[in-house]
Amino acid sequence: MRKSRIIAGLGLTAAALLALTACNSGSPTGSPTGDATGEGEAEETWFTVAEDVTLEGSPTFDAITERGTVKIGVKEDQPGLGYLDPTTGERTGFDIDVARWIAASLGYDEDQIEYTAIPSANREQAIVNGDVDYYVGTYSINDKRKEQIAFAGPYFITGQGLLVAADNEDIAGPEDLAGKNVCSATGSTSIQRIKDEYPEATTTEFAGYSECVEQLKNGQVDAVTTDESILIGYAAQDPDNLKVVGDVFSEERYGVGLAKDDAALQEYINTMFTDGGDIWQAIFDKNLGPAGVEGEQPDVDPVM
Amino acid sequence: MNQLTEYPGVWAQALLGTLILFFAGGAIALVLGIIVGAMRVSPIPVARAVGAVYVNWIRNTPLTLVMFFFAFCVPLLMPGRADWLVLAIWALGIYTATYVAETIRSGINTVPVGQAEAARALGLTFGQVMTLVVMPQAARSVIPPMMSVFIALLKNTTVAAGFSVVNLGNIRAEMSENGENQLVTILWVMAAFVLMVFLLAWLQRMLENKWRIAR
Amino acid sequence: MTSVLYDVPGPRAILRNRILGVVTVVVVLALVGFVMYRFWVTGQFTAEKWYAFTFTRIWEQFGLATLRTLAAFGVAAVGALVLGFVLAIGRLSDHAWVRTPVMGVTEVFRAIPVLVLMILLYYGLPVIGIKMTSYWAVVIALVVYNGAVLAEVVRAGVESLPRGQREAGFAIGLRKSGVMRLILLPQAIRAMMPVIIAQLVVTLKDTALGFIITYPELLYFAKLLGSNAPLGSPLIPAALVAGTIYVALCLALSYAAYVVERRLRSSPKVGAVAGGEAGVVVGLTEAAPTTATETIAARRALSRFKRDAGGS
Repeated sequence: MRKSRIIAGLGLTAAALLALTACNSGSPTGSPTGDATGEGEAEETWFTVAEDVTLEGSPTFDAITERGTVKIGVKEDQPGLGYLDPTTGERTGFDIDVARWIAASLGYDEDQIEYTAIPSANREQAIVNGDVDYYVGTYSINDKRKEQIAFAGPYFITGQGLLVAADNEDIAGPEDLAGKNVCSATGSTSIQRIKDEYPEATTTEFAGYSECVEQLKNGQVDAVTTDESILIGYAAQDPDNLKVVGDVFSEERYGVGLAKDDAALQEYINTMFTDGGDIWQAIFDKNLGPAGVEGEQPDVDPVM
Repeated sequence: MNQLTEYPGVWAQALLGTLILFFAGGAIALVLGIIVGAMRVSPIPVARAVGAVYVNWIRNTPLTLVMFFFAFCVPLLMPGRADWLVLAIWALGIYTATYVAETIRSGINTVPVGQAEAARALGLTFGQVMTLVVMPQAARSVIPPMMSVFIALLKNTTVAAGFSVVNLGNIRAEMSENGENQLVTILWVMAAFVLMVFLLAWLQRMLENKWRIAR
Repeated sequence: MTSVLYDVPGPRAILRNRILGVVTVVVVLALVGFVMYRFWVTGQFTAEKWYAFTFTRIWEQFGLATLRTLAAFGVAAVGALVLGFVLAIGRLSDHAWVRTPVMGVTEVFRAIPVLVLMILLYYGLPVIGIKMTSYWAVVIALVVYNGAVLAEVVRAGVESLPRGQREAGFAIGLRKSGVMRLILLPQAIRAMMPVIIAQLVVTLKDTALGFIITYPELLYFAKLLGSNAPLGSPLIPAALVAGTIYVALCLALSYAAYVVERRLRSSPKVGAVAGGEAGVVVGLTEAAPTTATETIAARRALSRFKRDAGGS
């Protein structure tokens, strides 16, 4: 009696595993983020992995050398900027490519990179704790954050925008938010700005923007606010239901988050940005150009 | 240390959020729990089965998942907009109702059947049997565990913090956005909970001592 | 067959019960039907929503997330058991200078919500320089909280034993530690085993709280998958799959509790002290029987259950 039950259980497990092998193992067809299979090879012609890199006086660099791998903090739910396809495990996006570029200039190629997805609220924590060596993920530079960490860059400038349902005619800009429910991520500069400058709007906070977009689609919130580049990525994925409205009403400068005491690495990355205009343009055109984002490479801030 | 005095509005709102979740969720849990508890001891097999399925299913699901379902999935299913607080209250109520039902069931079952039979033999109606004989004896076994369930409910209100409901659980995020020391915030939150739970636990011990009988 | 609430049904009561039975069935079917209708109307049954689940990698990710949940649970369970015993022994000590602080510590830890503990460890400690990954924040918070609850369970178990056991132990010349180790604790553990395992089920469920401090366990992955627009935003399918996995895991653990309890009941060493289903019932209220009254009530309920066979 027990033996036949064990055999039945094993049989069921075997059947389930067989069924799994019949599943798809490729990426979904028609994915709006574009299959990067062909362009993966093209990337390698933009930047090559540097050899024999030495960087004096950078504790982060010493840690990387000792470990042999680079730990990079990224976002994984922002199409076009920092996106992880759950079906293929591929990471794509502007920020991801910039992160790869930095790693290559430090002498580490794709196989030596460890990505960790960290939501907005935990970014400073992760850098201070040493969980990541640097963070590239729509990380706006502001003074409050500079109290805990340092920034290299900026490498991109955008502004805060609004995402609404495609059939929403009421909201054309942040002035129309009075009495409306606006969603953003906990700990983001976007939500703080709404609370400070447009207090008549009600705010909802979740851990990530993708949840906000979901709530927008099912009608729980009226608008999602964050950097326009992120919103355009979401709108591009679902143009029938979402649209970006209004002009940007702030200036967001994206930087690479680093440990506070690491001026050497900051200087190194800034030099890399300043000298690598072509690479920047190529990365930009591949990731953000098709979605209609406009931009040009900004000048880096001086190292403090 | 002066976070409380600098942001009285924020702290008051957070405490209010916790209390609303607690009382409203508790009310729903009580009503639903009594219904399900009655179903589980009823002579109708269908009702017993339905009650058992409901209790065993929800009891083996994490509260976080129940709240996740209410916060994210229910708005998908229902037309119109729902307030986050209302969704969280329903989630807490439905989850805690299972424990209330179980407590009531085991409490009622501690009353010796002979008591009820004797009462019925005296000719008392159902209502009289309940109020004069069964409930006073059952209260002894029901109320202290029920207080434990409510203490657990009070602590579970913090789970709503992950779902955009203002309560003591997510005041840390609010404070950190204002640049305050997060450790201090969390310590104050802990102190608030310890205070509230000790209050309820003291109440529980008092009730228990009042009804302690030699066995 | 009489029960406390209901008398043996006469002809009118039988008719009424039948009608109520039909009414219950109708109400339940209406509720379920309504939910299914809403599912269908919002397109939850379309192939598009379940598209994500045709990919092997998605199932692999679910498996990995489940493993991470179990990893946190395993370590937390062992830690909670160890801490529970240590605190219980401290609580039962004869020396007030041991007993009172331990009592204070246990009460405080039981009063703090697990989520607040997790938040303290993950967000609060780095402020004073102690770094912690989300995994350890989850595990340590679970260990602290469930250890405190288990301490109370073990203590209640020891205190519910007949006083004669302890006195007999002293009478044959054992010292306090021997009495505890050889006589009281083994019996208490056997008596409280169902309650202890029920508390472990609670520990497993509380690993889901890790999702709020971004520990990448099962619920976190379900949310990530559910917000993924290119795959059709399968929020409800992802939640259903995650829910099924949780229920399966908890049922497996509860089944283990049931098997253990059954084997205990038939064991001659324990006899009538075993917790039984009532113990599981009361124990699962997340605040295990903390008082002698509750334990005794649980045991009484057990004898009731044995009589009301249809009460499950």
